[in-house]
Amino acid sequence: MCRMSSPPLAAVALLSAAALGYEVLLMRLFSIILWHHFAYMIISVAMLGYGAAGAFVALMQRQLLPRFERVFVAAAAGFGVTAIGCFLLAQSVGFNPLEMLWDPGQPLRLLIVYALLSLPFFCAATCVCLTFSRFADAPHRIYSFDILGAGAGCLAILGALSVTSPAGALQWIGALGLVAAALAAQRLRVRPRWLPAALLGGAAVLAINSPSQWAALHPSAYKDLSQTLAIRDTRVVAERSSPMGWITVVESPLIPFRYAPGMSLNAIMEPPPQLGVFTDGDGPAALTRYDGKSEPLAYLDALTSALPYHLLERPRVLVLGAGAGGDVLQAIYHGAREIDAVEVNPQIVDLVQHRFADYSGMPYSATGVRVHIGEARHFVMAHADRFELIQMSLLDAFGASSAGLYAISESYLYTVEALREYLDHLEPGGLLAITRWVNLPPRDALKLFATAVAALEARGSERPALQLVLIRGWKTATLLVKNGEVTSAQIVALKEFCHSRSFDVAYYPGIDPAELNRFNVLERPEFHEGALALLGPQREAFIASYKFNIAPATDDHPYFFEFFKWRTLPELLALKAQGGLPLLEWAYPVLAATLVQAALASLLLILLPLWIGAGRVHKVVGWSRWRVTAYFAAIGFAFMFIEIAFIQKFILFLAHPLYAVAVVLCAFLVFAGLGSRYSSRLRAKLHGARLQPLGWVVVATGLFALSYLVFLPVVFRPLLPLPDAARIALSIGLIAPLAFTMGMPFPLGLASVAGGSRDLVAWAWGINACASVVAAILATLLAIHLGLNAVVVLAVALYVLAAVAYR
Amino acid sequence: MVEEIAAVARSAAAESGKPAISAAVTAALARVPRHRFVPPDQEHAAYENRPLPIGFGQTISQPYIVALMTDLMRVEPNHVVLEVGTGSGYQAAVLAELAQSVCTIEIIEPLAVEAQRRLQQQGYTRVRTKTGDGYYGWEDCGPFDSIIVTAAASHVPPPLIRQLKPGGRMVIPVGTAFLTQHLLLVAKNTDGTIVTRQVLPVRFVPLTGGH
Repeated sequence: MCRMSSPPLAAVALLSAAALGYEVLLMRLFSIILWHHFAYMIISVAMLGYGAAGAFVALMQRQLLPRFERVFVAAAAGFGVTAIGCFLLAQSVGFNPLEMLWDPGQPLRLLIVYALLSLPFFCAATCVCLTFSRFADAPHRIYSFDILGAGAGCLAILGALSVTSPAGALQWIGALGLVAAALAAQRLRVRPRWLPAALLGGAAVLAINSPSQWAALHPSAYKDLSQTLAIRDTRVVAERSSPMGWITVVESPLIPFRYAPGMSLNAIMEPPPQLGVFTDGDGPAALTRYDGKSEPLAYLDALTSALPYHLLERPRVLVLGAGAGGDVLQAIYHGAREIDAVEVNPQIVDLVQHRFADYSGMPYSATGVRVHIGEARHFVMAHADRFELIQMSLLDAFGASSAGLYAISESYLYTVEALREYLDHLEPGGLLAITRWVNLPPRDALKLFATAVAALEARGSERPALQLVLIRGWKTATLLVKNGEVTSAQIVALKEFCHSRSFDVAYYPGIDPAELNRFNVLERPEFHEGALALLGPQREAFIASYKFNIAPATDDHPYFFEFFKWRTLPELLALKAQGGLPLLEWAYPVLAATLVQAALASLLLILLPLWIGAGRVHKVVGWSRWRVTAYFAAIGFAFMFIEIAFIQKFILFLAHPLYAVAVVLCAFLVFAGLGSRYSSRLRAKLHGARLQPLGWVVVATGLFALSYLVFLPVVFRPLLPLPDAARIALSIGLIAPLAFTMGMPFPLGLASVAGGSRDLVAWAWGINACASVVAAILATLLAIHLGLNAVVVLAVALYVLAAVAYR
Repeated sequence: MVEEIAAVARSAAAESGKPAISAAVTAALARVPRHRFVPPDQEHAAYENRPLPIGFGQTISQPYIVALMTDLMRVEPNHVVLEVGTGSGYQAAVLAELAQSVCTIEIIEPLAVEAQRRLQQQGYTRVRTKTGDGYYGWEDCGPFDSIIVTAAASHVPPPLIRQLKPGGRMVIPVGTAFLTQHLLLVAKNTDGTIVTRQVLPVRFVPLTGGH
């Protein structure tokens, strides 16, 4: 076998691209077959396959390095095969997270899922890590191809998901693994000679074959869509797939959809025929049949969200999160003068306006209606128009919302700053109306109320108490925030509205306690008591002592749906027999459990090899094992902290959760890759200088990161109306210098370590990989508690720690 | 299982100062062989106080929740009861122990067929089963003294309210599979007006931590 003088860089880049694409794709796949937060947990833990590969290579390099070429090709092909095979096996394990706390068999199934899904990451990482060990004198080149590949991968997977289904994308990723193996086999001249051709043939078969039964997704039977499709004669009439979600439109002729959330119990009408619209199998939202006649829409007047139309005269309305058009129909029914509707997912609008145009009556092109494709908050911030009513209702499905599934997903729609923006876009006397599900004990409604009070105060309102109204039905609650004081005529109208529909008033200026709790009786008028407490001087104490987190969400803590408090957990667990568990907001404890699992697994991956291989891993001059651990863990944490915090900060500016992640991640990786390339030159340039190259890098990174915290909000505000392309270019320009410097510590450290002993290279790589995985989870937890700015500050401190550890 | 429910109910009652689940309801639960209403692979867990999967993405509720819902319905021996969402048939069997007759509707055909078979096998002749849309209730069976709607609904079907007798009570668990968030009790007053009560199964005082 021929000894190669240069590493198989193209194969490394391709594998890194495929592995990153696989990570994103698994998120989509598991969001479809299970639920988003469990998807996050499974993938976070599986990613530790990277760290495991580091430990594996560190321990086995004596055996692996002489066979580098064959191992590389086998592991790359192994990635291709396991990426598909392990996912299919994992979905057949029958893991049901909903039974985790009841069924002792579930944790074992979860463990099997982890083990299966870590295999592909293990294979890909074995290739990359082994390359670092084999070519220990060129870490900057390998690292740059590694992360440039990853950067390309995050754009490529979004592209792939835009043109094919998630199942199709899975096949493509499997094919990429085989292509990487073929490239490596060719480059490294691995025999037999026909091997590259055979691998390419296999890749072609995978890529060209359309996803068939064997690759079909099997969503959990407890997903809303699965439950609906169990009903006789229901059928899927349209499907759309994009990186934003898998949309399924379902027709149910025998048992029609009758979606009228929280309709008044006094109402006797039935909603008109509807189609159910499911996103990732959750929902449904209703696509309502509309033929231009208003009578069938009368049910829309029996919802709590109809209240503002009874306090305003034919308003000019802005509907945020228009979806399949329910709120727009409600506005049309109430004779709104003009309607602007904003929806982020173009495929939903396309379904309403084109595929089901005859059915929907094309509400988005009705007289006076304009539809805008875009993110709601950005639309408001980027436009100067003012409205008489801004309407937001129930953007999330009840099932997902009640289980607290969104707790760890950021939302910039319900922050103090967002509400301020909405209020700034109201005409004097205009109303902001937000409808949420009623949950008990009250969570959403009170957090929203607290947020509104904070927003009003931030705008300089002296008496927020005079600008707020809160009503509730048996299933929904609607909050009104007025740009001005609520008038006595409006109070009369709202009382009449509630009385005739058997809704309860929970708060309005001057509310009489005798009016409380009349139609939908609670043990105590908790909504009212909460509203009063939030308006009074004891607000902070009330929020602090409340058993759920109802502190207002802000742009720095953008977690509106996070209600979990640790001190309530023992009580809920103790009440398991009484049915206390459903009150547990799931996502946060799942996130915490993920962190614990990932941290334990990481320790296992680091400590175990350290212990087993104590004799083998030699001390390098100046680099003790603990120093290596501290350095590579610190830069792993710091890199991820900054990346994740800035992804969040750019989401608001780029105005699209998904594309912001792709652009920011890609820019970070690409410029870090370039930084990595440059690091060897910097090292040569600063050879013998008083301040080590790492010192310069840390100072520069710290300056960029910290100054951005101050400077970005100021820069972003006036630039929001710029077109998408300009904002993307600007974002990339801003990320470039920061990422460029952040790309250097890893190769600089690795070069220094490798200068002493090659044995420690794989070891350092494994530590860094584990730290990155744990850091991604920890960053979200820290952001929930301390805010995003604190995460960045912490990252800078970690870089300083790394500089201290660097010899 | 019944002892456990009674104990849980007693402790909940002691904390809340409300009466525990009635003796008639606990006796009814004690009489119904729950293991006959779960899939064979779940029989071992039939008497644990936990929800169980019954296939088709449906579950049989935690026994304590069944007891609480049944108790809220205040079923009397001369009552005619409607259930929308038969599921396993277990809740219908419990109701049949208390009421004169029970009419139950299920939309998922295989579940309906299986539940009917089980109910017949267990001798619950007072239960009438039907496959179909529960939205319009069951005109021929009604009017009803009480109704339980275990099927997910975005709103309370007006026909069901119409088929509820004045003074009647309707119970609707709100939540998702395995996770009942709270119970909605819809009471029709003798004058026909409607009042709802939202009941949290747990005796949990949330407002100001210090209770």
